[in-house]
Amino acid sequence: MLEVRGLSKRFGGLLAVSNVSLAVKEGEIVALIGPNGAGKTTLFAMISGFLAPDAGSVAFAGQNVTGWSPHEVCRLGLARTFQIVQPFGRLTVRENIAVGAHLHSAERKEALAKATDIGMRLGMGPLLDRPAAALTVAARKRLEVARALATNPKLLLLDEVMAGLNPTELGELIPTLRTIRDGGVTILMIEHVMQAVVSLAERAYVLNQGSIIAEGAPAAIAKMSSVVEAYLGHGAAERLGRVAAGAA
Amino acid sequence: MSRAAAVTGVVLALAVPALVHSDFWVGFCITVLLSTLMASAWNVLGGFGGQFSFGHAAFFGTGAYTAAVLHVALGVNAWLAFAAAGIAAGAVGVVIGYLSFRYGLRGSYFALVTLAFAEVLRIAVGSVDFAGGGVGLYLPLQVGIANMQFASKAGYYYVALALGAGAIAVAWRLERSRLGAWLVAIRENEDAARALGVDTLRCKLQAITISGAMTGLGGAFYANYYLYLDPGLAFGPGVSVEVLLAPIVGGIGTIWGPFIGAAALQLAGEMARRILGDAPGLSLVFYGALLVLTVKFLPDGLIGLGRRMLQPRAAHA
Repeated sequence: MLEVRGLSKRFGGLLAVSNVSLAVKEGEIVALIGPNGAGKTTLFAMISGFLAPDAGSVAFAGQNVTGWSPHEVCRLGLARTFQIVQPFGRLTVRENIAVGAHLHSAERKEALAKATDIGMRLGMGPLLDRPAAALTVAARKRLEVARALATNPKLLLLDEVMAGLNPTELGELIPTLRTIRDGGVTILMIEHVMQAVVSLAERAYVLNQGSIIAEGAPAAIAKMSSVVEAYLGHGAAERLGRVAAGAA
Repeated sequence: MSRAAAVTGVVLALAVPALVHSDFWVGFCITVLLSTLMASAWNVLGGFGGQFSFGHAAFFGTGAYTAAVLHVALGVNAWLAFAAAGIAAGAVGVVIGYLSFRYGLRGSYFALVTLAFAEVLRIAVGSVDFAGGGVGLYLPLQVGIANMQFASKAGYYYVALALGAGAIAVAWRLERSRLGAWLVAIRENEDAARALGVDTLRCKLQAITISGAMTGLGGAFYANYYLYLDPGLAFGPGVSVEVLLAPIVGGIGTIWGPFIGAAALQLAGEMARRILGDAPGLSLVFYGALLVLTVKFLPDGLIGLGRRMLQPRAAHA
C-alpha cells in the first residue's frame, strides 16, 4: 500500500533523512520509532507531501506520489495527524471534523452529520459543541485522529498521538486505534510510548540519525542492542547486559 | 433570528424611501448599503479566508472604471457595463490572487502586495487618455432606468438595497457551504487544512474572485451614482481602508458584521463631521483611532460585543 524507496532530505549541513526505505501492507499497523531528532517527523512530512524529498520516491495505492502536494495525497487516501496538534481553535469539535468530512461530502449537512458520527465513534460525543481551543491535550490528540479519519483514508499516518497521555487515556485510545484498523484503515504510527507500540503494531521500524537501523516485531526490536544503543548511547547495551548478569 | 423579525426587516428596508422624506437620510442609507456590499466582499476573503487585503481599491477602481469607460466611451448599455464591471474586477482578483497565493504570500506580505497592485493600477489608469487621465472621468447625466440613472434617490436606494442584500445572501450561503468551511479552516490553520485535503490555492482564488467581483459591482454603482471618477477616488488607499474597516468594526467572518460595521461607521462618521467640521484629513484620523480601539478592545467587533453581553459567563464554562 505504501512503499518508500531511498528517501533522503537534507537541511543545510544536516542529513535529516538518509536513504530510507520502508513498506506498509494493507491492513497492517506499523510503528516507526526512534530517539528524538531521528528524522521521523521529517519522513512523515515527505510521505504526506508537506516536504519535497531531495532523493527517493514514495508510492501509495499504486501511484507514484513523490512531489505531490498534501491535498492531492490526502485525496488519494493518505491522511496524517500532527505531532504538535493543529486544531482549528475557534471552531467547535464537530466543525473541525467536518472540514475533513467535506473532502468527500460537498453538502454542509452531510459533512456535519458525518462529523457527529465520527466524533461519537471516537468517544468525543460530549465535546462536539466545544471550541477546539478549550480541549485538553488528550482530547486534541483524539481530534487530530478524528479529523484525519473524516477524510476516509486508506492509510493513516499518526504522529505521536499517544505522547502526553496518562495511563487511563492511553487505555482508551489503544482499543480505538485497533477498531479503526479493523474498520479497514491501515496505520503507520510514530510512537514513543512502547506500551502502545508493543500492543498495537505488528511490525516496527527503528530510525536513528536519519537511517533505518532495525525492522521487526516490536518486542524483538526492543531487545536489539543496536536499538538500545540508539536510545541510550554507545556501549549502553553491553553495560545493561553486565548489570543484568550481575543481578542474576 | 425569527421569521417575524426577518419579515419586518425586509418590509422596513423596502419602505425606507416612503418613510424617510429627507434626501440626506436616504442618501445616508445608500452609502451604508454600498459600504455593506464592499465590506461583505472584503469579509469573504479577509473574514472567512483570513487573507487580509489592503488593496481592495484595485477591485473597486477596476469596477468603477470598467462601468464608466464601457458606458461613456463605448456606448454599452449601463446595466451590461455594470455586469462587465463585476467580471473585470473578478478577473483582476484571479490575477492578483494567483500571483500572491501561488508564491505562498501570507499575512502582512499579502496585504502589502495587494496595496501595491492598487497603487500600480491607480498610476496606470491616471496615465491613459480614454480613462480621463489624472483629470478624471465625468459620466454625462442621462436620467433613465436604461442608463442606471434615477431621478430620485429612491431608485438608487433600491439598487443599493439589492446589492447590499445580495452581499449578505452571499455570506449566508458561504457560511453553509463547503467553500466557506474550507476558507475558515485555512484562516484558522492553513497546514492543518492542507493535511485534510483542502486545495488551499484553489479556495483562496475562489474567495478573491468572489470578493473582487462584489467589490467591482460596488465600484460600478459608485460611478453611476456620483457620475464622477478620478484615479485617487477609485484606486486610492482611502477606499481600501474604508472597505476593511467596516467588517473589522462589525465583526470579522460573520454574516451581519459588515452591515453592522458599515452602519456604525457611517453614523459615527456623520456625527464626527457635524461636531468637528469638514477639516481635510480629520476623517482619516478618526478612522485610524477607531480601528486601533476596535482591534484593542473589540477583537470580535460589535457582533462579538453583543454576543458577550447576551450570554454572560455561560460561554466560558
